[in-house]
Amino acid sequence: MKLLSLIHPFLALLLAPLLLGVINRVKAVFAGRRGQPLLQAYYDIWKLLGKGAVYSRTTTWVFRAGPVIGLTAVISALMVLPFAGQSGVISFSCDFVVMAYLLGLARFFTIAAALDTGSSFEGMGASREAQFSALAEPALLLGLAALAVQSSSLSLSDIFTQLNLQAWMKVGPAILLVAAAMAVVLLAENSRIPVDDPNTHLELTMIHEVMVLDHGGPDFAYILYGAALKLWLFAALLVNVLMPVQASNVPVNFAVALTGMFVAAIGVGVVESIMARLRLLKVPQLLVGAAVLSTLALVLLLR
Amino acid sequence: MISLSQTWMDGLLVMLMLTNLILLGASRLGHGIRLIAIQGALLGALPILGGQHGWTARMLFLAVITIGLKAVVFPWFLHRALRAGEARREDNPFVGHTASVLAGLVMLTVATCLSARLPTVGAGHSMLVMPVALFMILTGPFLITSRRKALSQILGYVVLENGMYAFGLVMLQDVPALVELGILLDAFVALFVMGAAVHQINREFDHMDADQLDSLKG
Repeated sequence: MKLLSLIHPFLALLLAPLLLGVINRVKAVFAGRRGQPLLQAYYDIWKLLGKGAVYSRTTTWVFRAGPVIGLTAVISALMVLPFAGQSGVISFSCDFVVMAYLLGLARFFTIAAALDTGSSFEGMGASREAQFSALAEPALLLGLAALAVQSSSLSLSDIFTQLNLQAWMKVGPAILLVAAAMAVVLLAENSRIPVDDPNTHLELTMIHEVMVLDHGGPDFAYILYGAALKLWLFAALLVNVLMPVQASNVPVNFAVALTGMFVAAIGVGVVESIMARLRLLKVPQLLVGAAVLSTLALVLLLR
Repeated sequence: MISLSQTWMDGLLVMLMLTNLILLGASRLGHGIRLIAIQGALLGALPILGGQHGWTARMLFLAVITIGLKAVVFPWFLHRALRAGEARREDNPFVGHTASVLAGLVMLTVATCLSARLPTVGAGHSMLVMPVALFMILTGPFLITSRRKALSQILGYVVLENGMYAFGLVMLQDVPALVELGILLDAFVALFVMGAAVHQINREFDHMDADQLDSLKG
């Protein structure tokens, strides 16, 4: 384990809420508003951490465990992710499957906590989250599998160091397909607009917000922070796919990769500003489409 | 050796695959016609980008004719037939849209496996041409059999024809221009007749559901 690989988790823990700020600022600019401060997510988390928590008598330990396990799982998933040409803190064979299912674990406990409240409204959101994430999972895993075939290695760190300019020259179209699938997964997994609207409260079609309605205080701070880290994780995956790092100059690499992260956040903001949310029935089609793109890339690379 | 033109050609072929997959999932007929137009334009551009020995006048002439027919004239005919009828969407196909896309993936896999076993005559061409051609040849009949509206079935026929055009591109390096023009003329006449037939079906029965044509009227 190299010391340099510790920089990425540190950056992620520090800067992840800023991505949310950038997205909100882009949306505000599009709407002609001044918008909330860039650091609003930090203020929110700080405010929530200072509050006390209220627990309903119908809930059990599952409800309290949900946010903690969710945040822990996402932070653990960040550890295997390479960034800016540096390998992940931990790296072993098939760690991409571990990453995908650590996120699955976080989702499972969020869903379980939502069901634990006994509210039928939260159960509805939980069932939608389960349905859509089940469809997003093949898109993510098949896309990563395609990249694994391309680099003929099974650990994320090796996969992304093999993804250099030569690979782009050789199988560029396939890598672009994977990137498109990843972008859809990024939007779906972080409940962004074509799938879910992060601004809606108490609306019948929302997904993620509805599951966390009953959480408050520090628990909700953990959920917000976990969501920001998850956004960072998927954006970092996308940046890794799209921006092969060649220069051996470490500071330049980090600067380029960080710029990529904020460009990704701006991209999400633009998508949110110019698109309407899809009808709920159309969402599975979008996710199946992403899975099809990943499969196509896999077929192209396996040939 | 990977040349830049080959990368472009791979990109073009992947886009052809994507138009095919989107066509399988498209429910609006106007959308489908636009996809066919894009597919025709991509297909016409293929020999220009895939040319080994520079551009010849004959090649450019054929490309212009192909693009003109497949990307402008065919879609125009189909749009006319679409305007004549009431139906704007393929609402209730025999195989649903999402299922069709998944079937498309299966066909794509079959095409890829099959083309790995076939001898590649057109050496120097992108290795993707054969799978794409076979994929389109499989998709055409699938669209024809799984859709209700006559117009969607015509779209299937055009995809099949596009597939054979691409197939000819691999198998025969040097087709006499006359033969190619003849094939294009055949497709043109067939589409003309089909467009007219759809028009008549619309006028006679107020719909263009091909599966209802077996019941007698009156």
